[in-house]
Amino acid sequence: MKKIIFVFSLFLIGFSTQSQEVKKNKNARVSFEVDGICGMCKKRIETAALKTKGVKFAIWSVETHQLSVIMDERKTDVSKIQKKILEVGHDVVLEKDKKLIATTEAYNSVHPCCKYRDEEIILDHQGELKKVKKN
Amino acid sequence: MKKHILSSILLFIPFIIFAQTNLKGMIMDKNNPENNLGVSGASVHWLDTNVGAVTNEKGWFTIPYKTEYKKLVVSYIGYKTDTITIKNLKPIHHFITPEGDLEEITIKSKKSATFKSFLTTANVFTVNAEELLKAACCNLAESFETNPSIDVSFSDALTGTKQIQMLGLTSPYLLITQENIPSVRGASQAFGLTFTPGTWVESIQITKGAGSVVNGYESISGQINAELVKPGSDAKFFLNAYSSINGRLELNTHFNQKVTDKWQTGLYVHGNYRGEKFDKNGDNFLDAPLSNQINVMNRWQYTDAEKGWVSFINVRYLNDEKQTGEINFNPETDKGTTNAWGSEIDTKRFETSAKLGYVFPELPFQSIGFQLAYSNHQQDSYFGLNGYDITHESVYSNIIFNSIIGDTRNKFKTGISYTYDNYDELVNTNDYSRVENSVGAFFEYAFDNLENFSLTAGLRIDTHNLLGTFVTPRLHLRYVPWEKGVFRASVGRGKRSANIFAENQQLFASSRQINIDNVGGNIYGLNPEIAWNYGVSYLQKFNFLEKKGDITFDFYRTDFSNQVVVDWEDPQAVSFYDLDGKSVANSFQVEVNYELAERFNLRTAYKYFDVSTDFKSGNLQKPIQPKNRFFANLSFDTEAKENGSQWKFDVTFNNIGKQRLPNTASNPTQYQLQAFSDSYQLLNSQITKVFSDKFEMYAGAENLTNVQQKNPILASDNPFGSNFDTTIVYSPIFGRAVYAGLRFKIQ
Repeated sequence: MKKIIFVFSLFLIGFSTQSQEVKKNKNARVSFEVDGICGMCKKRIETAALKTKGVKFAIWSVETHQLSVIMDERKTDVSKIQKKILEVGHDVVLEKDKKLIATTEAYNSVHPCCKYRDEEIILDHQGELKKVKKN
Repeated sequence: MKKHILSSILLFIPFIIFAQTNLKGMIMDKNNPENNLGVSGASVHWLDTNVGAVTNEKGWFTIPYKTEYKKLVVSYIGYKTDTITIKNLKPIHHFITPEGDLEEITIKSKKSATFKSFLTTANVFTVNAEELLKAACCNLAESFETNPSIDVSFSDALTGTKQIQMLGLTSPYLLITQENIPSVRGASQAFGLTFTPGTWVESIQITKGAGSVVNGYESISGQINAELVKPGSDAKFFLNAYSSINGRLELNTHFNQKVTDKWQTGLYVHGNYRGEKFDKNGDNFLDAPLSNQINVMNRWQYTDAEKGWVSFINVRYLNDEKQTGEINFNPETDKGTTNAWGSEIDTKRFETSAKLGYVFPELPFQSIGFQLAYSNHQQDSYFGLNGYDITHESVYSNIIFNSIIGDTRNKFKTGISYTYDNYDELVNTNDYSRVENSVGAFFEYAFDNLENFSLTAGLRIDTHNLLGTFVTPRLHLRYVPWEKGVFRASVGRGKRSANIFAENQQLFASSRQINIDNVGGNIYGLNPEIAWNYGVSYLQKFNFLEKKGDITFDFYRTDFSNQVVVDWEDPQAVSFYDLDGKSVANSFQVEVNYELAERFNLRTAYKYFDVSTDFKSGNLQKPIQPKNRFFANLSFDTEAKENGSQWKFDVTFNNIGKQRLPNTASNPTQYQLQAFSDSYQLLNSQITKVFSDKFEMYAGAENLTNVQQKNPILASDNPFGSNFDTTIVYSPIFGRAVYAGLRFKIQ
């Protein structure tokens, strides 16, 4: 039985390496940082990511600002997802001081309470987070 | 081990730490410990800050460090989020473990005790354990008293068993499941709800209208699912003792124990006893039966988060005995004689079930589940000179595969199910034994545009040895037209075989003759019941005077294509026949929930039912069914102190409108009833004093205003005569009942 599985998997491996020179993962996991503050942002970011063709699963953490996605690399790549995120008005943080900035027009379309570039609103939300934690 | 080697290597290479203001570390997958490959793309951040970093392709990360940062949160899609305490700048090596959440129904731990979902496509109402405590009660049948969607009625004057109704239809038209395994059905239809002790229930989900095709084709007016307490989440030890002035004593104990890292077990024991005889209304009959129930359940829970497996194994045994009838009835000497009228109902039930679930670790949106359940239900009973014995052996199995089409906006569930029911049924000397089995396949598609629209469409095809091959379609829609408003619609078909005797057992406690119109059908000579259910509902949440509230309107209509009509219109007979004409149940409800002040909540509802059937004697309203009902529940809690101590107050008011009574015009005058009963009001109340997280006491009263039906048993003076009838019960028999109890738990 083990042998059969082994031979079979060899066959599969052979098949996939033959057919694709560069291995494109059907269920690739990618994670990058997206700026935002609240649950409303979360919904908008995840929806934008999911609406990118080839993205299967998307989840954004309010706490870490990390957007994690599972995507089909044959159909899409990270830059396409990032473009969609920018379109709905959220900045993509690449490194510490390197950002992909959403256009002012796109940024203005987000809900007033989601204005993540505004210090005051950020502070507002942090207060809320603390309240939630106390409970 | 590898971890230790790694960390010891790290001790030898302190030169890695050159940047004093940064913390370095590596994140690895616990699933894949052999080669210690790092996880790329995992994120780390300092708790309560926005300072974070992502691991590189080798799993390494560098994160700015300040001395006030103490806790580092590590998260990665599909994995558990870990929080690590950081004491110094030594590089960390951390293994993350995959998420293994396999529960088919996720119980939302909301603060409110009941929860109307804004997001689900179906009209679902969740009741959690806290709400169930409001009615102090003792079993599932009684746990709906503070809930307006379910009506609790009075079934008969003998067994004291409460029946439930939804949308104007009795419980046989509801699919009642226990952790998604159909449970109160077949032989257990009449008393099954009383076989699940209230303290075993963790939460209840009530779905109005056509349910999901995943659980079968039997649901017509809705579905009630009860989730039981789980060894992994229940208290280590729990005790509930209850005693009521009407002679009822109950005791519940739970023991939960962790066996290994992966196995947990729980032993749940319930007993109830009523040994005192009461005849407050002086009709020479017991107002409530003498009873004795022992109910034992052992659960095993297996969780292996790393590999994605979850499993439950249950074994349960129940022994329930009831004795009722005339006060001086002695079963030893009077059984089967006309010395005195009496009845005994003895039930023994064994059931076992196993569930196995697997989530694909790499694909959190994909899972597979398997359920297998077996039950053996044996009821031996007699009612005066009528004998009724039924043994029902049942097998249920189901495989469900969950995944997505394209992305998570398009989900589906598909699978196959198999059921087997063997009924061995003896009514006096007539044998009605039969075997039913069916194989079915189902597919349910769910679409959600993540904004304002979602849809669930299901279809199943079943081949049943007695019902034939048939298709069951169900459709649910949800639309959010504006903020905080949800519009829902559903349509679906249901089909079932009516267990006419099991569902109408109260008929045996009467002198009525049993007539069955044999039309050559497969079940008692009758045809299966088929109905369509249509419904719309609208929920609006609002803020009024800075307090939160919501209002719901819903309208449901059930239209029977065929029904087994139960005709009580001749006081000397009960007739079962296939519907010829129309049978329709319309239900309208408006419900308001409003927070009057902090911790002071009001729930109120008005319900209108129009349930009519074409009987042989013409189109009539369903008997013993009020057209109008009004419900109100007020609850108030004092603010909890540090140690958890507080007071809780709860009052429920019900106005039950007039009810049409079955025709008794052909009876002698002293045994005739009015055409309609009067309307009446019921008041229940309970006070709970919580002393600490461990201990609380409660006291309450049911039927505070002492409403009683004057004459619940027709011809109680001549129980073996031709007019004896215990079936026409439309209001409480037992008057005011005061109770008290205590709960103790060790976490």
